[in-house]
Amino acid sequence: MTTMKSDEDKVVKLRVEDLTLIFGKRKKEALEMLEKGASKAEILQKTKCTVGISKANFEVYEGEVFVVMGLSGSGKSTLIRCLNRLNEPTAGKVFFKDEDITRKGNRELLNIRRFEMSMVFQTFGLLPHKTILENAAFGLELRGEPKEEREKKALAALETVGLKGYEEHYPSAMSGGMQQRVGLARALANDTEVLLMDEAFSALDPLIKSDMQDKLLQIQEKVQKTIVFITHDLDEAIKLGDRIMIMKDGIIEQIGSAEEILTHPASEYVEAFVEKVDRKTIITAESLMFPKPSLLRVKKDGPMRAIRKMQTEGVKFLPVVEDERRTFLGYVWLNDVLELAEKKEMSLEKALKTEVPSVYSDYTVEEMLPLISGNNYPLAVVDKQGGRLLGLVTQTSLIIEATRYGDEEVKQLIKKANKTNRL
Amino acid sequence: MSRIIDLGKYIEIGINALEENFSFLWRAIDDGISWTVDNLSELLLSIPFVVFLLIVVLLAYYAKAGKMMFKKEGLKKGGGLVAFVVIGLFLIYAMGYWEDAMCTTTLVLVAAFIALVLGIPIGILAAKNRTADIIIRPILDFMQTMPAFVYLIPAIFFFSVGDTPGVVATVIFSLPPAVRLTSLGIRSVPNDVVEAGRAFGATEKQILYKIELPLAMPTILTGVNQVILLALSMVVIASMVGARGLGSVVYQGIQQNDIAKGFESGLGIVILAIILDRITQSFANKKG
Ligand SMILES: Nc1ncnc2c1ncn2[C@@H]1O[C@H](COP(=O)(O)OP(=O)(O)O)[C@@H](O)[C@H]1O
Ligand SMILES: [Mg+2]
Repeated sequence: MTTMKSDEDKVVKLRVEDLTLIFGKRKKEALEMLEKGASKAEILQKTKCTVGISKANFEVYEGEVFVVMGLSGSGKSTLIRCLNRLNEPTAGKVFFKDEDITRKGNRELLNIRRFEMSMVFQTFGLLPHKTILENAAFGLELRGEPKEEREKKALAALETVGLKGYEEHYPSAMSGGMQQRVGLARALANDTEVLLMDEAFSALDPLIKSDMQDKLLQIQEKVQKTIVFITHDLDEAIKLGDRIMIMKDGIIEQIGSAEEILTHPASEYVEAFVEKVDRKTIITAESLMFPKPSLLRVKKDGPMRAIRKMQTEGVKFLPVVEDERRTFLGYVWLNDVLELAEKKEMSLEKALKTEVPSVYSDYTVEEMLPLISGNNYPLAVVDKQGGRLLGLVTQTSLIIEATRYGDEEVKQLIKKANKTNRL
Repeated sequence: MSRIIDLGKYIEIGINALEENFSFLWRAIDDGISWTVDNLSELLLSIPFVVFLLIVVLLAYYAKAGKMMFKKEGLKKGGGLVAFVVIGLFLIYAMGYWEDAMCTTTLVLVAAFIALVLGIPIGILAAKNRTADIIIRPILDFMQTMPAFVYLIPAIFFFSVGDTPGVVATVIFSLPPAVRLTSLGIRSVPNDVVEAGRAFGATEKQILYKIELPLAMPTILTGVNQVILLALSMVVIASMVGARGLGSVVYQGIQQNDIAKGFESGLGIVILAIILDRITQSFANKKG
């Protein structure tokens, strides 16, 4: 099998190409209108057909949580149901591991549903006449696995979702959150590579919902499935999604990480959608920092060179790194370096201030804010592995980012920052 | 008034043609039903009354008490019906109608069985296929509104006098609830459960047997209950074409103006009806 590779060298598990789904009788006519650029409303008026999805193109990578988000009626369910062909696409292709699912025969399709993809539903979809254990084993039962074997697997899955001891209960005796755990266990018991979750947590009340999200992340850390997760809740999308796809009226508006979508919304629609989010918890050092800052190498660059560099750049300090690996060491200040030069010192080391905080690129604004208070230099962003200097986050950019939402505490910081030097 | 269309005439021609061209079929049905009725009633009569009573008592008790059979609550739930069964069956026996009652029971069971064997698959078809549903619906309405006596005419035409035309007329009369309730039961299975099955790779057969039928079972069992009661309500009418049992005793009572006979056998039918109804109803409720 050849494996599909994307630009970033990730393995593509699912690839959707020009996928279109039209509900109604006069599909051909509707499809032609769509080709000519007619809108969903026009098509509905003229052909009485509803455009569920309109020429969707996207990829889902192996091991990621791919969130599909949009308002009710935007075509999320229709889309996810095309992935295992519970809905029959009108046009376009769905590739699963390089094979076009839309061209599979009945038998192959059954096998894909049995062995490759499992699904979790908003309304749980449990069988009321079966026990929790039998429900969790149901996918395996459909596959024809012997009772003993499937119950062993189902038991393990129930344990994973934290329902050990409830095997003999019936669904009707359980709360919504617990029923959905059974739904999740049923999907996990099948041990498929892909998990399709259609608003799996939307019917749960907020506390239980948050609990289930944590549980899912915790499980995902262990099992590393490829998950397509549908939600209309932006907070949920941000919490769970490695990447988020935003849909409107069957059209994909944007695909990207939560941060990309927040910092560079592709349309007004997306912008309106993401407006309410607390950016402090999402924007990270990576998008705030300016990369490749001027720096000094601790061995190679002596005081004279440091002075010249600071003067040409018009700054009062510079970050210092270790020569080869570029590991961040600290800052030197102009005053200190001038003193060294007077003393004819050859090395910067004596002027180096190492007692400064540094952050990783995935630190959020919220996490970085406490680190800048009282300082007059930027935060160094370093590599998690080698401590290599990646960039600098200035206090001003941090505070601007944070104050968009008018936090009292942050306003105080602005005052302080105004007094300090700009880099 | 002069007639413009002679519809009855065409029906008659049609039935004649059916009778002549498919005589082997009617013969086979007649033989099959007669054989089953004869043997089953013989079997029931070969069981001593006391043993039979005990079996029905246990069945009634189990139907009512279920898992609580061996507990005090079980006695509370099943006690009433058990008492009724004992008194009722003993009364029939003591009045001297045991043989007739067994004959009636046989006819009812055979007719109900055939009605269910035909009705449940038709009900499944009606639930799954819109076209079939559109065709079946008016036929059922027709069957239910037609006076029961009318079924006797073709039945006796195809099968001559005896148990068979009685059973056939009873089957036709009691078939509709089997179809209707099966179809209703399957159509009211929540869509998300069926979808879940489909998403996990269930075949149509697996969806029917593992999801739809189990979930529809309480409704289908209600259908079974109704089929049996309708079949029992036909026994007097069926006796007009020669079916045996309590029904024919009632019929004789009417013809001979014998109030005692009519009352006793009528009471016997009521007792059977109550016992069959309560037992099947309990099974239906328990599944729900
Ligand atoms: N079976 C169907 N027949 C006709 N229209 C449908 C059907 N299912 C969904 N739709 C329409 O397709 C659009 C997308 O629906 P859906 O995928 O359920 O949206 P979402 O899951 O995002 O709420 C809606 O306009 C909906 O009315
Ligand atoms: Mg939906």
